[in-house]
Formats: sequence, structure tokens, C-alpha cells
Amino acid sequence: MKSLKELEEIRNKALCQIDLRKKGEGIRIVVGMATCGIAAGARPVLSALVEEVSRRKLSNVTVSQTGCIGACRLEPIVEVYSPSSEKVTYVKVSPQMAGRIVAEHIVNGNPVTEFTIGYHEQQQQGR
Amino acid sequence: MDIFRSHVLVCGGTGCTSSESPKIIESFNEELTKAGLEKEVKVVKTGCFGLCEAGPIVIVYPEGSFYSRVKPSDVPEIVNEHLLKGRLVSRLLYKADAQGIETSIENIDFYKKQKRIALKNCGVIDPEKIEEYIALDGYKALGLCLTEYKPQQVIDIIKESGLRGRGGGGFPTGLKWQFCGDEANEQKYVVCNADEGDPGAFMDRSVLEGDPHAVLEAMAIAGYAIGANMGYLYVRAEYPIAVKRMEIAIAQAHELGLLGKGLFGSGFDFNVEIRLGAGAFVCGEEMALIASIEGRRGEPRSKPPFPAQKGLFGKPTIINNVETFANIPQIILNGPAWFASMGTEKSKGTKVFALGGKINNTGLVEIPMGTTLREIIFDIGGGIPEGKKFKAAQTGGPSGGCIPASHLDTHIDYDSLTAIGSMMGSGGLIVMDEDNCMVDVARYFLDFTVDESCGQCSPCRIGTKRMLEILERIVSGQGEEGDIEKLERLAVNIKGSSLCGLGKTAPNPVLSTLKYFRDEYEAHIRDKKCPAGHCKALLSYMIDKKMCVGCGVCAKVCPTNAISGKIKEPFEIDQSKCIKCGVCMSKCKFGAIEKK
Amino acid sequence: MISLTIDGVKVTVPDNTTVLEAARAANIRIPTLCYLKGVNAIGACRICLVELIKGGRGLQASCVLPAEDGMEVSTKSKAVMEARRVNLELILSNHDKRCLTCVRNRSCELQQLCDELGVEDVPYDDDNTSHPIDNFSPSIVRDPNKCILCRRCVAVCNNIQKIGAVGAAKRGFNTVIEPVFGKSLNAVPCVNCGQCITACPVGALTEKSEIENVWTALNDPEKHVVVQTAPAVRFGLGEEFGIEPGSSVTGKMAAALRRIGFDKVFDVDFSADLTIMEEGTELIGRIKNGGKLPMITSCSPGWIKYCEHFFPDMLDNLSTCKSPHQMGGAVIKSYYAQKFNIDPKTIYVVSVMPCTAKKFEKERDEMAVNGLRDVDAVLTTRELARMIKQSNIDFKNLPDEDFDRVLGESSGAAVLFGATGGVMEAALRTVADLLTGKDLKDIDYECVRGVDGVKEATLNIGGMDINVAVANGTGSAKRLLEAVRNGKKQYHFIEVMGCPGGCVTGGGQPIVSARDKMDINPYVLRAKATYAEDAGKPKRKSHENEEVKMLYEQFLGEPNSHKAHELLHTRYQKRPKYQQ
Repeated sequence: MKSLKELEEIRNKALCQIDLRKKGEGIRIVVGMATCGIAAGARPVLSALVEEVSRRKLSNVTVSQTGCIGACRLEPIVEVYSPSSEKVTYVKVSPQMAGRIVAEHIVNGNPVTEFTIGYHEQQQQGR
Repeated sequence: MDIFRSHVLVCGGTGCTSSESPKIIESFNEELTKAGLEKEVKVVKTGCFGLCEAGPIVIVYPEGSFYSRVKPSDVPEIVNEHLLKGRLVSRLLYKADAQGIETSIENIDFYKKQKRIALKNCGVIDPEKIEEYIALDGYKALGLCLTEYKPQQVIDIIKESGLRGRGGGGFPTGLKWQFCGDEANEQKYVVCNADEGDPGAFMDRSVLEGDPHAVLEAMAIAGYAIGANMGYLYVRAEYPIAVKRMEIAIAQAHELGLLGKGLFGSGFDFNVEIRLGAGAFVCGEEMALIASIEGRRGEPRSKPPFPAQKGLFGKPTIINNVETFANIPQIILNGPAWFASMGTEKSKGTKVFALGGKINNTGLVEIPMGTTLREIIFDIGGGIPEGKKFKAAQTGGPSGGCIPASHLDTHIDYDSLTAIGSMMGSGGLIVMDEDNCMVDVARYFLDFTVDESCGQCSPCRIGTKRMLEILERIVSGQGEEGDIEKLERLAVNIKGSSLCGLGKTAPNPVLSTLKYFRDEYEAHIRDKKCPAGHCKALLSYMIDKKMCVGCGVCAKVCPTNAISGKIKEPFEIDQSKCIKCGVCMSKCKFGAIEKK
Repeated sequence: MISLTIDGVKVTVPDNTTVLEAARAANIRIPTLCYLKGVNAIGACRICLVELIKGGRGLQASCVLPAEDGMEVSTKSKAVMEARRVNLELILSNHDKRCLTCVRNRSCELQQLCDELGVEDVPYDDDNTSHPIDNFSPSIVRDPNKCILCRRCVAVCNNIQKIGAVGAAKRGFNTVIEPVFGKSLNAVPCVNCGQCITACPVGALTEKSEIENVWTALNDPEKHVVVQTAPAVRFGLGEEFGIEPGSSVTGKMAAALRRIGFDKVFDVDFSADLTIMEEGTELIGRIKNGGKLPMITSCSPGWIKYCEHFFPDMLDNLSTCKSPHQMGGAVIKSYYAQKFNIDPKTIYVVSVMPCTAKKFEKERDEMAVNGLRDVDAVLTTRELARMIKQSNIDFKNLPDEDFDRVLGESSGAAVLFGATGGVMEAALRTVADLLTGKDLKDIDYECVRGVDGVKEATLNIGGMDINVAVANGTGSAKRLLEAVRNGKKQYHFIEVMGCPGGCVTGGGQPIVSARDKMDINPYVLRAKATYAEDAGKPKRKSHENEEVKMLYEQFLGEPNSHKAHELLHTRYQKRPKYQQ
């Protein structure tokens, strides 16, 4: 080891391996992975979210799964918990939508309104 | 690089290993591959989590679900339910009491009051992966010292922090380093005392197994501070997992240039070698430890000269305990004021305790100095099992003393414990309840000391043996008037004239139990009774003739045929044949047999 | 210099002085047990405790406590006295207290301590460690039940003799001082030097007694019992009777031996002169004829056994001469028997030696001629003292008597054999005269006197440079011989004595207590008497001894003759270090 800088590089690379183990005050993305969710294609969504978070080297962001959230017809469902704001629930999420969620909501702090459950319900009623 | 969305941490400490945690890990790897999840879920073997009573422990992140008492046969369920479908396996989740189902580690009472500094990485990282240690700021402290601080500055930081030796002596660590640093420049040594001989203590073991690099980094920092380029880690041979983890850690550190020559581009070299103990408690005493490394018979020698002036191979040496070292990197990184902000005025920082005996949450805890005994035993330790009454807590192992209920609110620190007749020791804390006989407790510890005495000086070699003989007579009902006075006279003199710490502290358990439980001694001697109902020789099992229906079950199960009688008439126990095993009492459905 | 106060007495001492030594300088004798000056200072017995009045470090062992400027020490505070007493009681509780039947009764250091401290009772259960007595060695008897684990024997054997035949085994209450694996002393490379005996404060180590055998022979009317005494005995024997150390009691010794009932009282000094004749001739022969050099003396059986165990590659360097008393025995049973018409089978030869290794030596196969043992019994100086007391002799007041003819005359050179460097000096006196053909007057070879571990000198004799070296104690011998083995040093002639100081402080000499050794140096005193006796003798060279000349004329022919080889020379064998 020749310098603190060299150590820092190793640290950064390894950090994402460890990050997951800290139950921190960061953002939690939870994907419904009950039978309905899996049947509706939640696995690829989970993978896409994980890949996107990784690619961007986001720290303090965890992606986990949970059981049946309840609104089965709206699966795949993704919920985002942030310490600073209210929970946001995204419905009928596709792997492609995952990218925008991460970019706009997670990184920039602007929820993607048109993917949310509220918007969806509005659309339904509006018909 | 694989992208893992979940980490499954399995405890790989010695305790859980002996409960098959390696098989659990194997099973996880198999099941994950079967479920196609091996690229998403990472299985990590970590060090001791501390809540040993609940082991084997598996923690799943990011949820932080705390699974306890996991068996290899449980693994398929965890994989298929939790990891695949996201449904927690609630039957395995740790339950603190009947109601609460704890889902995550932060919510468990056991951890809520702890402040894990020495144990920071235990249960978090894989101790066999140096990158994980580095990810959590590992080796940054060493880098800082070598690139930005002069050796005296490092010593000053440790002095300011107020860190005191965690092996039991409580000597100010910074001051010890100063004495050695002041010696003229010549070959010097850093020695880590990992002999941990106190029965029931496993704090050091968990650090060595769970966070080996913290010790290596600290030894290198110490070497830089005092001017030593060679370190020895003296580990007891009864810790094979710790030895293996340290060997791996040393090799990995060398690979990355964190041990060896010219660390961090400075001119400072540091190497560490492991030396194994050979089953002698006395070799935890620093002078005997030095003799052992030198290949001589493990016997201490008189001080002065002290090791800081003339230690290993006659050279200036510092010897520090594992836990002391484990605190060093964080003190450097966070600054001495941070460390000094915790604890009491004269005892800064935290202390790791190994909770054992009659306590619900047996395991390892780290608490700020100044926490009361009551909090440790009842809030963190979960109280006494089976609703029994607390009687005493023993700290300091065979060198320490018993603390009775009247002192439960003592704020634990070095000086407060010495003031009430005990000592901090290395951190073993054995809890005793109403069923423990304090005379027998003293006898137990003295038995240990007699066995482990090196035999060099007469007071310890012969005196402790004579004290043990008196205690053995007392617990077997042959105590005599004057025995207590004899014990006290011997104790005071052995304490005052022994050559080393082992002898000087050997009488402590006897002295402290005499101080707080003298009545128990007197009952044994005068009344030939054991108030706690423990000492077999002073017990009689008797059949209550009013309650006995004459079923004859007790007679059938008695291993020595000591019980006789006619069916449907009260039976009787022949005391001369009775070996006090208690089987009859446990089998009697009518509660007709009592122990007096 | 350091100034400190002990029991209110101010004393100033040099740097690096212990509190024990500082107290001695203030005329305060702190009691000790495990301390032995120059050998053992480990603070193990906890008897020499003192209390530091300032500084709160509790009770400390004064034999290892460095004196510091301004220290205030109490050697007799209440805490110290109580601790000292308890520790003594504890030691006694695990000790065989049958003093009346013990060899060290009245000379035991533990007894003295009990007497001074006043122990009333030993109120413990006396569950004692119990060990078998090791009496398989012909020289030394070990009784671990009397051992107080002071480690003085371990220190002498390991650190000074550098052999390590005994050490601490097991631990705690079960610690026992014994040879490795609990073997007997005769199954490990113990060389029988007996330094452990003279270091032992109690009766745990003693010599194997032959007193009864000698009494039996003396009381047997068929036996012609002859006694011969070694050079060093006469400079130590007096101490057993309260005579000041460093006194020569030659005349009284001869008188006492006669009164005990020996038929003839001869002097091993005679045989020492004989040895010089044989060995000097052998040396000159080797030098002139390209024989094996360096030649090494062979009169110390402790050294011989050491050589056989540890330096078997140098056995050919040893002189083939027997040791003086063995030569004496062989001559007694041939020349003397013939001359006085006595059947040699009825002769019983007793050697009185300052040595315990000679008990082993006399039993060696080679030490016999025509089936007759050269020497039948060996008594140490201490055993002789016992026999004198058993004979009701008032030793101190005996008149001086002389040794018997024809094996009683001796030169000053022979007297020197008892001190380290003595054999070398005696040999040089004869060799120098032989090589130069002159009667040289300057015969005090100071360069080989004194107790430095290894002494070296180069002497120019008869135009030739002769390199000599002298080692005393096997520890020094080891150093010297390793240098020879590695080719670092070249000598012609080497003298090795197995015991530090040579025979005057041999394993069979009167035991000087640790307390006395703080004030006197037995080697210095006894050696001084040795050199004084030599200087006072009319004849100071071995080849001037008339009785020796007569022996050659009438019997042996000349030095190294065939007959001389038969009677007076021996051989050696490589010995394994450990036996089953």
C-alpha cells in the first residue's frame, strides 16, 4: 500500500459490497414479490432496479422484496420509502419504467407521478 | 462485479460454528443455486454477533431480519420463503419475549443499549475478506498515522483518549506506550496478549475471529508510535478458528502491502508473527507470556524492570490486550475527544462483557463505562431465567470478586469495581441466582487458580492449595471453628506477598464472598447446612411421610437402592446410601420428596 | 551512588545494588531462602520481603528489588513479619519435617530460619506431594520430599555448569525439581559434580553415603584398611569443626585418621606428584612426536563424564593418566602390598575426596587391575567429618601428625591440585625443567591462577612457545572446547576442572550457607591456604619427590613404561545422553 489514495480506491470499490448491511436512514425501494407479483413479472423489475442502483453507485439506497402488498391487480408494485418524504407507490411497473424511477425519483427527488398509484386510479376513474 | 441485492450474514464465531453454522452456509449456497439466486444473494460468514444464546444466528439484509436458533434444515425454507418470495419466516425470527416478534436487529433490546466500538465490525463483515474491512474505513487510521502524524503525536492521541488496558490491569495505554517510546532506539516489540484464560470469557476470541484486521492495524499503529517493527500475537492454542482467521488476515494484509516493508510509502516496516500458547492460564500474565515466547518455562519474573524497559528478549516491549487494540483505529479516526466523551471520568470508552451463568441473554455485549450492573443484567441481559432471584454477579474471573444485589446500581468502571471488592478483569461477567452457593463459587475459582499456578513462589504454590483444602472441607461438611480466620489470614498474606498478578488476586473470590456472604460460610461450618441448597454433602433428601402414597417409583429409579418400603406405605431413604443425585425427587408425582 | 534508608538506617551504595545487598551494607541481615549470591536471585521464596514505606507498591522481594535513591524500606514491619511467617509455615507444611534423621540436621538453612523467625505451628492439612527418592546414582541422592523448590540447584546446573540435568517439571503445587521425564540422575547427563548438593539449603540433595561400608571394613580383622586424602580436603575439613575457613588442618587430619583406626594413612598428594610424572612425560611425548594436541587433563571425573557425553570427539585429546587417587590405589595394591608382604586381596582402599564424582569414578570398569579395584570406597570431606565425630575425636585439639611412608611424601606442586590452575602449574614446573634440562627457580605461574572462567597463556619454555588454557566449571569448559572444536583456538595443553573454582569448592567439600556466602568467598579463602602451603614446602616440584623416585626405581621403571601403563593409565568411552 503506497498511499491513502490507493486505500481509498479499494474502499470505494468494496463499499457497495457492504452497504447493504447497514440499516441506515437511506431510501428503501421495496418490490412486491408474492406469487401475484412474480407472476406479473416483478423479478425482472427487481433486477432492473438493482442494476440501475448499482450502475449509478448510489449509496444509502437499498432494494428489497416483500410479500403481497395487497393490490394484486396492480402488480408489479414498487414502493419507495424516503426519510424526508411520504411513501410513494408505483404500480404496473416494467423494467423500463424502473430506469426513470431511479433517475428522477431516487436521484433527483422528483417522483414520477404518472407511474404512481394515484395517477393510475385517476386515469381509471376518468374513463 | 456481481450485483447482490441481498446479503445473508451467517455467524461464524466459535459458538455458532460448534452448532453447525458451516453446514448452514453450505446449505445456503446449495439452495440458492437451486433457486437460481446465487448471483443475487450473497452469503457472508461473519464474526460473532454477540447474542450467543440465540445462535446460530442468520441476519438477512437489507431487511435486517434476525433469525435465531437456525438449523441447516431450516435453510431451504429461508431461501424459498424469504429470499425468493419476500415472506419472512416468522417462526425463526428472534423473539425477545412472548409478545414481540422482532424483525430487525436494531429493535432488539439486547442491542439497543449497546455501543459497539471494539465489536463494531463483528457480525457485519466477512473477517476473511480484507476488502470488507477496508470498506468500513479499515487501515485508514494506519495510513493517517504514517502520512500525517509523528510517533509522539500518536502516543498523545491515545493518552488524551483515556484508554485503559482492557485485559484487566486498567493501566493507561498511552502512558505505557510513552514509557516504551522513551526508551533509546533499539530493537523493540509489540505484543498482543490473546491468551484470554479467564473461564467464561470470550471477548478477545470474538474480536480475533470477527475483526482480525482491527488488531493487526492497531499493532502496526502501536509499532509506529513506539518505534518497533516487529509484533507478536500470542494466542491460546484452544482458539483454532481465531488462529486461522489471523493467519489469513496477516497473509491478506501482506498482499496489499498493509504489513511488511515501507507501509504507505513511509520508511516504516511492520511484521506480525503468531505464537501459540500451550494450555497455561499463567501465560496470560505478561512476564510469563514473554518467557513463553522466548521458549522458556512459562513463569513470571519480578518487576521492575518492567517490559517497557526490558521485555521480550530483553528489549523494550509493550504488551496490550486484544480489546485494547481493537479500540485504537477508531480512536485515531474519530479523535480522542470522541472516545473520551463516552464512559466515566476515569474510565473512558466502552467495555465488552461476556455474560454467562444464570442469565437469559448469554453472549457478548459492549456497553459504555458507567452503565449500571442492573442495566446490564436486566435490560440487556434479559434478567434471570425461571424468575429466580438475583444473588450476585462475578466480574474478573478467578481474580475478581462477587457483587451482591445491594450494589446492583454500581456504575461499572475500573475504580468503582475495585472499591466494592471486585475488579473489572478482562470482562467476564457470571451471574448467580438464589440456587448458587457462594462458598462453592469461591471454591470453584480457587480450584482453577490452584491448578493454574506456575509454582514458582511459595505463597501462591502452597498457600492457595491450603486455602482450597479448607474450602473443600467446608463444603463437604467438615468445616471447623477458626477456618474462616485461617482463610482470611492466608488470603491477606497471599495477596500481599505473591510474585505475580495470578497469586496476588487469587484470594479475591474468597475475600469478596466472605465480605458479602459471610453468613453462608458460617452456616456451612456451624450448622453444617448449605443455605442455597447446593452443596451435596450438606443436603439430605427426605421423604415426607404425610405426602408419600407408597407408589414405589422413587425406589425403582434410585441408582443406589437407597430407598425402601412397602407399597401403599410411606417409603424411606437410607441416608448412608444416598448419593444426592435428586432423581427420586424429579420422578415423584406427589411432591413427597424434599431437599433440605 | 544511591542513598536509601533501611529500618531507619541511612546507607549509600553503588548503582545496580539490590535492597538485600544494601541492607547487608547497613549491617542488616534480611532472611533469605532461595537467594544464593552469584547463582540464584529470582524472588521465589518470598521470605526476603521488605515493605516500601512510600510508593505503595506493597511487599517486594529484596533480593531482586533494585535500590533507588530516596527509598524508605522496612525489613520488619508488621505486614512483612506476618507475611514472612505465613510463607515459612506454608513451606514447612509441604516439607518432610523429620529433621532428626536428616543429614543436614543442624546445618539446614530452613531450620535456621525457623529458629530465628519462631514458627509455632503449621496449622494445615498437610496433604503433601509425595515423591520417590532417587538414589540410583552412585554419587548423588535426590529426595524431593525435602525440596523447598528454591531452584538453587537448577540455577547452578543450568546457568553455571551449563548442563541442566535437573529442572522444574509440572506446575503449581505439583511442581517437582527433577531430571527430564522424571528419570533418575544416572539416566541423564548428570556428571556427578555435586555442585547442586553444595547449593541446596536443605537435605533434598546429598551424597550417597559410604560411611557404613568403611566402618564394616574397619571392623573386619581380615582387612588391611588404607586411607588416602586428596589435596583439597585439608583446606576445607576444619570448617566442619568450627575452625575458620581458609585454614589448613593437614596434621590434625592425619592424626584423626589414625585414631579412627585406619591401618595406614597415605596422602593423595604423593599420587599427584606421580600423576605429574606420567602426564608431563605424556605431554612432552605428544609434542615431540606429533601426538594428539591439545592434551587435556583427566584428573576430574566430573569433567571426564562431561567430555564423554558432550565432547566425545575430543576423547583422544584426554591424557590417558588415571586421576591421582586411582593411581594411588593401584600402587597400594601392587607396589605397597609387595613391599610390605601384604596380600592385596585383603587391602581395602578408602579415598577421602572433596568430590562426589569420584564415587562414580571408582566404579568404572577401567579402574581395576588384575581384578582388584584400585579404590574400594570414596568418602567426601563431609563424610570424613562425620566419621571423626562418630569416633568421639576432639578434632580441634589434636596434635599434628604426619602421613605414613612410602606413599606419604609430597611436593608443593601436588598441593596445588586442589585449586583451579593447580594441575597446570604443577605440570608446567616439571615440564619446564624437563624441556630445559635446568632447575628453574621462577616457578610461580600466576597467569593460570584465579577463578576467571577461562584463563589462557603462552609460555616460552626451552625455546618453544607453549599455549595453555585452564577452565574451571563445565560451563567454562564448554566455551573453551567449542572454540577448540571450531578451530578458533590452538593449544598444547588444557586443564579442565569440573567444578567452578576447582576441587577446593568441589561437590564434596563442607557446605557454606547462602548467608555466609554473602560475606565470604570460600574459593578465595581455601585457595589462599593452598598456595600458602605450596610456598612453604621445601620441595615444590613433583620430580623432586624422593618417594616417587623410589617407586620408579624399584617398581615402575620410568614414566609411561609398560608397567606404568598397566597400572596408572586408563581409557574412555562415548556416553549417550539419555538412557531408558
